[in-house]
This record gives sequence, C-alpha cells and structure tokens, in this order.
Amino acid sequence: MTTAPETSRRQKRESSGSSQPKGGTKKKSNRAKSEARLGWLIAGPAFFIMLSVTAYPIVQAVYDSLFSFRLTAPDDRSFVFLQNYLTIFSDVEVFWQALGVTLFVTVVTVAVELILGFGLALVMHKALKRIRGALRTAILVPYGIITVVSAFAWYYMFDINSGFVNNWFGWVPGIDSDLDWFANFGTAITIIMASEIWKTTPFIALLLLAGLAQVPDELVEAAKVDGASWRQQMTRVILPNMKAAIMVAVLFRALDAFRIFDNVFIMTNGSANTEVLSLLAYRTSIGRLEIGLGSAVSVILFICVLLICFIAIKFFKVDLASGTDAKGGK
Amino acid sequence: MASNGKLTGRQRLGWTVLTVVVLLYALFPVAAILATSFKTQADLGNASFLPSSWTWENYQMILVGDAQGLFLTALRNSIGITLIATFIAVVLATLCAYAIARLDFPGKKIILGSALAVSIFPVISVVTPLFNLWRNIGLYDTWPGLIIPYLSLTLPISIWTLAAFFRQIPWDLEQAAQVDGATQWQAFRRAIVPLAMPGVFTTAIIAFFIAWNDFVYGISLTSTEAARPVPAALAFFTGASQFEEPTGAISAAAIVVTIPVVVLVLLFQRQIVSGLTQGAVKG
Repeated sequence: MTTAPETSRRQKRESSGSSQPKGGTKKKSNRAKSEARLGWLIAGPAFFIMLSVTAYPIVQAVYDSLFSFRLTAPDDRSFVFLQNYLTIFSDVEVFWQALGVTLFVTVVTVAVELILGFGLALVMHKALKRIRGALRTAILVPYGIITVVSAFAWYYMFDINSGFVNNWFGWVPGIDSDLDWFANFGTAITIIMASEIWKTTPFIALLLLAGLAQVPDELVEAAKVDGASWRQQMTRVILPNMKAAIMVAVLFRALDAFRIFDNVFIMTNGSANTEVLSLLAYRTSIGRLEIGLGSAVSVILFICVLLICFIAIKFFKVDLASGTDAKGGK
Repeated sequence: MASNGKLTGRQRLGWTVLTVVVLLYALFPVAAILATSFKTQADLGNASFLPSSWTWENYQMILVGDAQGLFLTALRNSIGITLIATFIAVVLATLCAYAIARLDFPGKKIILGSALAVSIFPVISVVTPLFNLWRNIGLYDTWPGLIIPYLSLTLPISIWTLAAFFRQIPWDLEQAAQVDGATQWQAFRRAIVPLAMPGVFTTAIIAFFIAWNDFVYGISLTSTEAARPVPAALAFFTGASQFEEPTGAISAAAIVVTIPVVVLVLLFQRQIVSGLTQGAVKG
C-alpha cells in the first residue's frame, strides 16, 4: 500500500530531475546533498534528544557501576572495577531471586496475554459493525489507564481491609475473610500479574487484530470450501499468516513485562519475595543512594533486555522493523 | 457470516454474551475503584463492592479539603508536564517523520532504528544517572527535569506512528495544487495539512497517554510537590490520621486522573486504534 505511491513518486522525481536540460550528475549530487542536509536538519533534533536522554545516561551508568560510590558519603568514592557485579551475582537471596521473579512474571504474563489478546482480537474481528466500536472503546480504557491506578484498583479489590473478593469468593476452598493476598508470594504475585495482564492485554489484542486483518480472505474462504474445520482454518491458515504480527507483539510485550515496576511498587513494594529487577535497581540507587551498586543493577537489567532482543531476532527471526518498513526507506 | 447483519437467535445470544464478557473484563476494575471512591470512611471495611451509603467526602478531601495541597498541585504538575512533553514530542516527531517519509537522505534507517531501541530501553536503567546529573545541574525536582526524560518515552512511538501516517499521504496532491496556481506554502497548507492533521492529532493522544502514565521518572526525579506528578503523589498519600488508610482519597484521585483517559477514548477510539496498529504492525 505504501510502496506503490512511494516508488512512483521517486521515479517521477528522478525523471523530472533528469529531464532538465543541463541537469548533469553534478547537479543531481548537489541536490542529493542539500536534501540530505535538509533531512538531518529537520529530523536531527528528535534524534539528538532521544539519544542524549538514553545513550548518555547508560554510558554514565556503566562508568558509575565500576565505582564504590554512595551519595551519603560522596568523598569515599573509589574505583572497584567489577566488584559491584561480583557482589550482586553472589547475592542469591536478593539478585537471583529478583531475576527469577522477573522472568517468571514475564513468561506467565506474556503467555496469558497472548491467549487472552488473541481471543479479544477474534471477537473484535468478527463482531458486527455496531458493537465493534463499543468493544474497542471498552478495551481502550485499560490501555489508557495509568498503571498505578490499575495497581490500586486491583489492590483494593483484594486487600484484606477494604476488599470484597474474600467476601464474594468465601465459598472457594482456601479463600476466607482472613486471607491476606499480599502476605505470601503465590497470591501476591498472582494479583500483581492480573493487574499487569488486565492493563496490557488490549495492546496485544490490537496488534493481533491488525495481524488478523492482514490474513487474505481468499485463503480462509478457500480453506472453508475445501471443508476445513474451524480448528484447521486456525492452525493451517490464520495462525501461520499472522506469525510476524504475533512475534512482534510477543517481543514488545516481553520487553515491557521484563521492566515491570509500578504494580509491584504499589501492591507489595517487594515484600513477600515479590521483588523484581527494576525495583531492586530503584531501591538500591534512589532508595539507599548506593549509586555504584544501583548502577550495576541497572546495567545488568539493560543487558538482559538486549539479550532478550538478541535471542528473539537471532533465533525467532523477529523482524521488528518489518512493521513500519524501516528498511523500506531504502 | 456475521458481516451480513442477520443473526440467528443463537448467534445473537452468543454475541450478547461475548460483548458482556468483554465489557466486564475491561470495565470491572474501574467500576470497583469508582465504587470505592464513594465509600465513607466507615464503609471502606464493609467487604462489599458497593458503598452502603454514597458520599462525596473523598472527592471533597482531595479537591477542597485536607489533601488538596497534595493532590491539586500534583494534578497541576501532571497536566502541565504531560501537555508540554506531548507538544514538544509531537512537533519534533512531525518534523522527523516528514523528513523520513518525504526526503531521501542517508541515516533514515539509523533514526528509525534508534527510535526502536529507545522505545525498548528500560527506564530504570537511565534513571540513576539522570538522578545524579539532575541534582548536579539543578534540574532535580523541576518541570524540565521531567519533561526532558518524558521525551524519551514519547518521541520514539510518535516518530514511528507519524512516519507510518505520512507514508500514506498522497504527496502528489501538493504538486497538483501548485500546477493549479497555488504557491508552495499554499499547496502545503491546503492540500497536505488537512490530510496530515488526523495523524498528528492521533499521535498526540497516544503520546499523552504514555507521558500521563509515567511513574518511574515521577518518583525518582522529584522530591517535593514542586514537580511531583499524580501517579507518584498517589504513592505518598497518607490517611487523615495515622490510624486511617488513605484508601478513599487515593480512589477518588485515581478516578479524577482516569477521567481524561476515558474522555479521550470515548471521543477518539477509532483514531487511537488506527494509530496504535499503524505504528506497530503495518504490511
């Protein structure tokens, strides 16, 4: 859809350029040069700001992570090379526990969101025009709502003092009015993940909806004519054709889930063993002002994100740029 | 199937059930905190969904009462910082996306690629160095101290969404208008701007949601009500006395900051959906 007008435009521009009487190669390269200058002039500010707000701090974090440095004792700053990393890696109780919880949350939420999101996408895809708008409006509410608000909403539903869930579901074995959901790991992490899933499934659903819309109708019709069951249509025609959309959705959400912070901070603040990597980094550097150690946690978190990306692109061949055709710009 | 608009009774029932399930899924948690926000202090422990008697006292507390200083300043900070960050991001991203869609220059791929890289960047990884730097150069606990990092959240998605929008604009219209005697500026304003505005507007809404949602920068780079936005302020709410949980006040504040989200969604759901899906996955 985008490529056709673009190429025709480019051809037009090139042909009009060469049709000028004395427009030799020199003139053309001058024009290319001035176009390049103009391009960077108007695209540059956004590029520069994006990089300076992220690239500079991460370099600084790598540098800081090599020092023993607390803001409470700024004069005691000393170069310790990788000592901070060794300290972190040898701390099974804190770091490995947080990493484990973070990975657990990432895997479970993304898996659940994928299934729920696909269901939602199917419903929206097949729905009649007159209810489609209502459905989309409804699922955009969790998408747009502030994560902290979602965290409080879920917290208050289950909270032992103000919640109604214990009362409503008292008949379920294991639930009674004395159940404190946030006192132990299993229940606490379940509510944290529920809030995360509720808030972010709409995003996955919309990405998958776009993927569904790209599956050619003829293929589905042909499968139907050939007598394929609903299940066969799904697994043989629809899902294979949506593979790219699914992969992109999974990778984006996995990276997002790996950075989970708000829900944990509000609901448990890391108690009941629910501490995650982002919270660990926050509490070390901003909370305890141990800049050196905190920076090391930040750098590890960053490397984990890079690793997830690398694995996805290398082994699952996710082409993130395929969406907006970053490569289409040639 | 469903597209012809005529449903059998069973299909109708099926669709009604599905619709109700989706609506319940999407709105139940919001309804729960909305109900909580109308509970009296005594009612908060009543272990039921609805208040036994409805009250505005929680809203009074945060809008005109004791918690007013805490909430209203945070609300002002949130609105101001978010709108400024959104505006700057959309202006810069519009220029950037225009260049990407319209001009041939080396480095386009680098710009789009780094926008992608920045969008998957863990915020928490950069917050410590920024915390340090901001304290040294006096940006800590100020509006610009949040606006600048918010740009790292809002710029990447704005650039991608707008680049996708701009690629679909038939730029030839501009030339056509010029042939018809319009100046270049007139041609741009009359032919292109009306086509580009919906994309820019949609991008602004999405950027607003993202900045409005921020929590990590908000709690890390502020320390007082001088710049602390609402999500961060909610985490610092305390009850009227040390024996009272701030549940009612937080619920009311949560509802107040959800109102703009709901209004935008109600008015512009179609544009938001197309913006989100275009920016992320497009064939």
